[in-house]
Amino acid sequence: MLNSALPNNNMETNNHYDAIVIGAGPAGLTAGIYLSRARVRTLILSEGTVGGQMILTHEIANYPGVESISGYQLSTIMRNQAKKFGCDIKSNILVETLNLHGDVKEVILADGTRYSTDAVILSPGGRSRTLGVEGEDQLKGKGISYCATCDGDFFTDKEIIVVGGGNSALEEAVSLTKYASKVTIVHQFDHFQAFEFAIEEARNHPKINFMMESTISAFHGIEKLEGVEIMDLKSGKSQNHPIDGVFIFIGYVPNTEFLESSIELNKWKEIVVDADMQTSIKGVFAAGDSIVKRYRQVTTAVADGTIAALAASKYIHELHQNKKLQHTL
Amino acid sequence: MLYTNLKHIETADAHQKFISENENVMICCGRMGPMCIPVYGIMEELEGEYSNVKFADMEFDSPESHVIRSVPEVKSFMGIPFTMYYKNGKLVKATSSIQSMTQVKSILDAEFSAAK
Repeated sequence: MLNSALPNNNMETNNHYDAIVIGAGPAGLTAGIYLSRARVRTLILSEGTVGGQMILTHEIANYPGVESISGYQLSTIMRNQAKKFGCDIKSNILVETLNLHGDVKEVILADGTRYSTDAVILSPGGRSRTLGVEGEDQLKGKGISYCATCDGDFFTDKEIIVVGGGNSALEEAVSLTKYASKVTIVHQFDHFQAFEFAIEEARNHPKINFMMESTISAFHGIEKLEGVEIMDLKSGKSQNHPIDGVFIFIGYVPNTEFLESSIELNKWKEIVVDADMQTSIKGVFAAGDSIVKRYRQVTTAVADGTIAALAASKYIHELHQNKKLQHTL
Repeated sequence: MLYTNLKHIETADAHQKFISENENVMICCGRMGPMCIPVYGIMEELEGEYSNVKFADMEFDSPESHVIRSVPEVKSFMGIPFTMYYKNGKLVKATSSIQSMTQVKSILDAEFSAAK
């Protein structure tokens, strides 16, 4: 075990880990597996359920070595693997403070629990983007949805709106025509970002029509969604539209708000890393969907987590060697 | 099939027995979908912490789950899972769609605290 660093302040020794991984998606779990197997004392902290976005995937058929598996099952296997090697995992916690500078880093949870560590791997992942307008929170599940396969059948023979212009929005709009009597796609630009075949399929569908250069500025309803306010972005004028349901597919956003004041992020709030997954702070690494990269897959997250863990192990080993050397001088 | 680690309620009779035999009950009625799985995960996590509450799931598409889908309190719900909270066999709270750990805990604390 590499745990030889002194705990910070009066922190209990058992709250000191060689490495703390924040996030328990495929990147974080892989980092936990590699670190623990290398006998690096590791704690994984997850603000949500273990598995991250992976658990939401019904079937993963392109994970090498496994013909077909659900995301839920794959995440359970990864979690058990990490635990088998001695990794501690705490899920559904809330990280309140991160002190990332210096040789001993500190993580404080909302319940007051304090941990110290030599290295941190950040893998907080991402989440569905919301519109963030009036009424959205209150009417979620009462007419506003982010999942067509989950909630589509509640809107049989009803009129709905799909918000977005990427592949998800257009493909889900077509799939929702199985239930809805009419689907209106509301998109903020004058063109779509989706692949041409998805655009063509939506354009040619008799139940689908379009409101381009428009956005929803408010949701109305008390017990359930009754209507929306749609703003024409060219004229700035808003109009109320009665509607039964709205499905929102406007992409993903990295869960990096808690890092904004501490490490370098790009303009999309993604974590900037080098080839070793090292961030702008020494001893702090990052992996998975929250880093700057083009392709976001379970396989790429696993690869990021591997690299981050190997680089963190090397960093921790060198840190401990230097401390020993200083101690003997 | 719901492959969670929660107790599975498979029939309307089992549902009635479960809520009448236990003082505080939380049942999540959903599918293995993106809005439901996080709620099951939260419930699994809270089973140890809330020993005064019994947790279970029920499959939304089973005809037996009419005991949840047809109650007046969920009439306006248009998103799964339907999460139901029962005290002494009586429905005291119901929520629609995904919920956070904070939201679930605040309901458990409000409805099932020892003082209530």
